[in-house]
Amino acid sequence: MSAAAPMTSPVLPSLPADRLTRGLLVPAAAVAVLAVAAPFLGGYASDLVVKVMILAIFALSLELLVGMTGLVSLGHAAFYGIGAYVTVLASGDEGGNLLVLLVASMGLAALYALVVGALSLRTKGVYFIMVTLAFAQMAFFVFHDTPVGGGSDGIYLYVRPAIGPIDLENRLTLFYVVLAALAGTYGLLALIRRSRFGAALAGIRVSEQRMRAVGFPTYFYKLAAFVIAGALAGLAGCLVAARDGVVNPELLAWHNSGEVLLMIILGGLGHLRGAVLGAVAFTLLKELLSTHALVGPLADHWQLSLGLVIIAFVAWLPRGLIGLVQRISPEGSR
Amino acid sequence: MIETRELNTYYGDSHILRGVDAQLPGATAVGLLGRNGMGKTTFIRTLMGYVRPASGQVLADGRNVTGWAPERMARLGIGYVPEGRGIFPNLSVRENLVMAARAGVDGRRDWTFERVMATFPRLSERLSHGGQQLSGGEQQMLSIGRALMTNPRLMILDEATEGLAPLVVAEIWRVIAEIRATGIATLIVDRDWRKVLHHTDRAMVMEKGLITLAGGSAELLAQPEALAQRLGV
Amino acid sequence: MNGTDALLKVDGLTRRFGGLVAVGNVSLDLRVGEVHAVIGTNGAGKSTLINMLSGEIAASEGRIALERSDITALAQPRRALAGVGRSYQRNTIFAEFTVLENCRLAAQAATPRPWAFWESAARCAASNQAAHEAMEAAGLTAEAQRIAGTMSHGAKRQLEVAMCLATRPRVLLLDEPLAGMGAEETERMLALLSRLKASHAILLVEHDMDAVFRIADRITVMVNGTVIATGAPESIRTNPEVRTAYLGDEVPA
Repeated sequence: MSAAAPMTSPVLPSLPADRLTRGLLVPAAAVAVLAVAAPFLGGYASDLVVKVMILAIFALSLELLVGMTGLVSLGHAAFYGIGAYVTVLASGDEGGNLLVLLVASMGLAALYALVVGALSLRTKGVYFIMVTLAFAQMAFFVFHDTPVGGGSDGIYLYVRPAIGPIDLENRLTLFYVVLAALAGTYGLLALIRRSRFGAALAGIRVSEQRMRAVGFPTYFYKLAAFVIAGALAGLAGCLVAARDGVVNPELLAWHNSGEVLLMIILGGLGHLRGAVLGAVAFTLLKELLSTHALVGPLADHWQLSLGLVIIAFVAWLPRGLIGLVQRISPEGSR
Repeated sequence: MIETRELNTYYGDSHILRGVDAQLPGATAVGLLGRNGMGKTTFIRTLMGYVRPASGQVLADGRNVTGWAPERMARLGIGYVPEGRGIFPNLSVRENLVMAARAGVDGRRDWTFERVMATFPRLSERLSHGGQQLSGGEQQMLSIGRALMTNPRLMILDEATEGLAPLVVAEIWRVIAEIRATGIATLIVDRDWRKVLHHTDRAMVMEKGLITLAGGSAELLAQPEALAQRLGV
Repeated sequence: MNGTDALLKVDGLTRRFGGLVAVGNVSLDLRVGEVHAVIGTNGAGKSTLINMLSGEIAASEGRIALERSDITALAQPRRALAGVGRSYQRNTIFAEFTVLENCRLAAQAATPRPWAFWESAARCAASNQAAHEAMEAAGLTAEAQRIAGTMSHGAKRQLEVAMCLATRPRVLLLDEPLAGMGAEETERMLALLSRLKASHAILLVEHDMDAVFRIADRITVMVNGTVIATGAPESIRTNPEVRTAYLGDEVPA
């Protein structure tokens, strides 16, 4: 983390060498598999996979901030929720144009990120965490307590977005659109990681003092990362609104910010695959631990079980799930 | 009473103490001289347990106390007056003193609140003042007084006269002489090497993490060239 | 550029913290081909001075000029790009990256291109070139692929200096580069500084008096925030005020 950096960071890898294509082989294969399997998935499975993919985009957006730049934000759900609400509010009764809604959601999320970032990046360490949380709470209360978004009950999306032949009312189309968004997000972040911008963020994470001393205006780099992360969270928010057909203030709640942070820690900080793995693992765990058929009466106390499992994970796998993968195949994953 | 053998301390990779052998006998006043940056404060911090040495030993009365936490070292009877004084700014003068009150290792309470007041009359006038309202000199006296309240066998004074006006400096040396007279051992670090040698029985000079000159204070006073070479430019 | 002209000129630099004057009216200059050492007793203001020169602390009063351009108001990153490099007392190297990656990232500051996200940082020709030059100058070329954190302390301190060189600054502000070094490592660092001296103007804050008197061309002595003497090493050695500052009154015969 930029300010309170641990003296040794065994968790985080060095700068990525120029192995972009090799590093994308496994993710590309995964995308291909999902694309092919899509038409054969039943309703429940398809919905679950779409949910996981959306959360993976959300997790990836936070990974840019926490894993790549070292900025621990506890208010990231604000941008997710804003993206979702903008999609619903701008859809109206006839449904909206998908492209317009994507731009609006990401744009407004990015705008709020610009404001929050500009102010909070003047602080460091625990103060930064608290300020990001405060701004997220502000946004939460706007949607919760004012009539802007239908108050604490939220609002319904009457018609899902569409553009031309691409209509998100169609379950399969929604699947492919979300898959494409996930692939695009992953690809973009992989490019960023390998770029000068990404190298600068990595440097800021490890030693911001040294970066400033050689001539990087670090504040602007951090702000840019913050805004991009906000925009990508907004993208995830737009898609979750399309999937669920309803939004409520809980999307911006601090425990949502906490959950997405948990996902990337669980998966393994400093790795894009970690963010995706974390989203998958977290969601599956939640599902499994709350299914009566599997755990019986414990299902009613799934939060307790989930908490214990996470504690166990963090204790035994400090590098997250990616650490486990690396032990099995040292070729590693980026 | 306290001895170090081949003490090596690092800050990260920076090798600060490079094998320090030193003795602090009981009821003896010892001076530690050296230019700044040579390792004197690191030596003290290692003794007190704030920093763990990479190798070497710290012995107290023959017992290996290397790596003991500072509070354990303090309970052995060491009163530490750190550079920068370290008084509690949010507590009053009275509270700063009273919270430290303890009988000595041998059970005696020679240094009571009343005695500290008698030694530092200026403090008795400022008892209810907050720590941060005191002048530099008053804070220094408070720091010394607080260490005395623990009835120590050894007092460590690191740069106790730094940044103080001449009159206050003279006052501090007077108190140091008084402490010495009561039989408390002292380890004194100060820039004024003449004053240090006059107020101590033995002294050591530290250069780049090693003791390069040591002996009786009177002997060293008679070697101004050797001292000037190590302490000057 | 005339070697005897000052590259960095400091005029009446002052820094106050409330009522305390940490640095008072300090003037000095740095010239290419010279190591200008700043020494002083405890609390002399050396750290505050170097922080003002690098741009990490703002000056309360005074002026800093780089080749006659006023840089007093420039923040540290801009100042670094203008040509003022700085090394720190505690290493600020990127321990988890290789030596080459360290230097290349430092060099990237000169050709940042942050918007070109499709271009690979590792393939940036300009940065790689500058990185190789910096490693060469610091004698670290053989260690290029070594993870920085696994090197010896002396090598890490050399890397700390090498990273300053990556953006090709003309002024080097070195803060206790010899901190915690043994005799051999000190020799190597002094050799490096001798080599760098030819094309840089170097400010050296150090406590190691032997090293200072060997390598410095000029010495400035600070006490309680002000300069009490500036001059060639021999003149400083025999300066009565300096002796008094270090050894007290009644200078021994």
